[in-house]
Amino acid sequence: ELIIKAAFKMCVQDGASAGKTLPERVKIVEVGPRDGLQNEKTVVPSEVKIHLIDMLSEAGLSVIEATSFVSPKWVPQMADQVEVMMGIHRRPGVSYPVLTPNLKGFLAAVNAGAAEVAIFGAASELFSKKNINCSVDESLQRFEVVTKAAKEAGVPVRGYVSCVLGCPYEGKVSPDKVAQVAKRLYSMGCYEISLGDTIGVGTPGGMTEMLQAVSREVPVNALAVHCHDTYGQALANILIALQMGISVVDSSVAGLGGCPYAQGASGNVATEDVVYMLHGLGIQTGVDLPKLMDAGAFICCSLNKKTSSKVAQATCKL
Amino acid sequence: MGQKVRNPESIRDLTSEELQGVLSGVGASAGKALPQRVKIVEVGPRDGLQNEKTLVPTEVKIHLIDMLSEAGLPVIEATSFVSPEWVPQMADQVEVMKGINRRPGVSYPVLTPNLKGFQAAVKAGAAEVAIFGAASELFSKKNINCSVDESLQRFEEVTKAAKEAGVRVRGYVSCVLGCPYEGQVSPDKVAQVAKRLYSMGCYEISLGDTIGVGTPGGMAELLEAVSREVPVDALAVHCHDTYGQALANILIALQMGISVVDSSVAGLGGCPYAQGASGNVATEDVVYMLHGLGIQTGVDLPKLMDAGAFICRSLNRKTSSKVAQATCKL
Repeated sequence: ELIIKAAFKMCVQDGASAGKTLPERVKIVEVGPRDGLQNEKTVVPSEVKIHLIDMLSEAGLSVIEATSFVSPKWVPQMADQVEVMMGIHRRPGVSYPVLTPNLKGFLAAVNAGAAEVAIFGAASELFSKKNINCSVDESLQRFEVVTKAAKEAGVPVRGYVSCVLGCPYEGKVSPDKVAQVAKRLYSMGCYEISLGDTIGVGTPGGMTEMLQAVSREVPVNALAVHCHDTYGQALANILIALQMGISVVDSSVAGLGGCPYAQGASGNVATEDVVYMLHGLGIQTGVDLPKLMDAGAFICCSLNKKTSSKVAQATCKL
Repeated sequence: MGQKVRNPESIRDLTSEELQGVLSGVGASAGKALPQRVKIVEVGPRDGLQNEKTLVPTEVKIHLIDMLSEAGLPVIEATSFVSPEWVPQMADQVEVMKGINRRPGVSYPVLTPNLKGFQAAVKAGAAEVAIFGAASELFSKKNINCSVDESLQRFEEVTKAAKEAGVRVRGYVSCVLGCPYEGQVSPDKVAQVAKRLYSMGCYEISLGDTIGVGTPGGMAELLEAVSREVPVDALAVHCHDTYGQALANILIALQMGISVVDSSVAGLGGCPYAQGASGNVATEDVVYMLHGLGIQTGVDLPKLMDAGAFICRSLNRKTSSKVAQATCKL
């Protein structure tokens, strides 16, 4: 009775206070070195990749997606996967997951020293067909081979679901479809499911609806959001996700990685901008923002491009 | 806007709706009722252009405003009756007022820093004016060379004259979430200034995060303080996107009952305090979010984007709107 009374009071608080309890701590999954660089046209030397990852480790990020064990034919940017894994300075307590599309990639990853891997499913059939040339179901079967092997090897697996708020080919995507795919990935052993708004079309209402559907199938503390900022909606979507209990957020230093489906448009949300918002909200991340900005400046210099982070762009000159 | 807090003695006292609310928990559903409709105050032609380096010909300004009217915006800040010495971009204030095609039902407020400006504005056909206060003493001194109190006294002359002339006045408060000179700004100070402006007759108070440093927590805290002094339906938010926080700040403001949002087509208007940084939030991006949330604005997004494309061409600059930048090529 007491609990219900307290909850009741919380619910009917008038609009004057934000009301919703935000998490005290948010884990940031830094995808710049993999997702970011993979979507940049300029091929980056291994030393630069390694130095970037080391700088990100220094900046206090606890998860840094290091590279991808996809065939170099498909993704030339990630051809130096082994050198990168061997070259990075692994900071204690920091995880360096790598992408593994299949068993072959998984074995190569473990051989190269990977202690965590990631697999990518999609919530859209057309996207799955166009991206990896098979149906969603077929891809999940392929992944089950990976998760079995990973379990035996004691390697944690993170699952990604693409197109959770819209697909460049199918348009609208059903939240229930997303929930089904997330559930499959979770049941086959993924410790965390990252829900990706691949083309950044989502808005907070859609994010809420999708998370409601998915959290009926997967515990909310095993969920993460991977928002793209293609339409400028990322931080608003992240905020609403936090209000709904999400406490893991993917982002990319300097907002690396454009959108392959919208020429000239932005892609990943910038880690600096996410951290700025989280710290402003009093949420701990463990990230040192100035050091993070140094890492962003470094990689933009190497890529000879301007940062996509607004926080990085704003230099107050008074 | 809030419901009365009851203290039910037992579960049986709850209505089924209330029980559902309790059981689903505050976190599991967005919960807060968002407004069904949001009024967008388009500040591109004034606030936007004023902060662009390139001087824009009068015909271009007029055409921009006409395109914005066509796009369905209900309020379009047209120009400023500040002395042209200070703001050369607004020197053609009278021609602009005379040249625009006034769409019925659309308001075209203009800035009036003092009585002289007000009189010139009314003479040029203005039916609504705006006055700008600040929540920071240092900012007030540096910006308009007087204290906050002195500026409010000056504005009281304007609001008196406006009342007599039957002209509506909108009040702005700058630096509500931080000041480039003072740093942190007290929400209570903002509340005081907002209250003064409201009491002297402003029908609406727009709260401006002038340097864009605010984050949603600060916005929530600010709105709590201000809404204790001014009814929430007389409040608007004017968020700058300098640190990328604008849409998140606007979202939280909507959750707290705000239903008026200022924005600038194509995100016109950089930040004068942070070189190379962005300023106003882009109207296209705001409208995209609002429509996605099922909130009505009356705005035709494709026509709005045309207006944005037009002014960016004229200024020879890229749009700052992400929605405008995203052209899906499949």
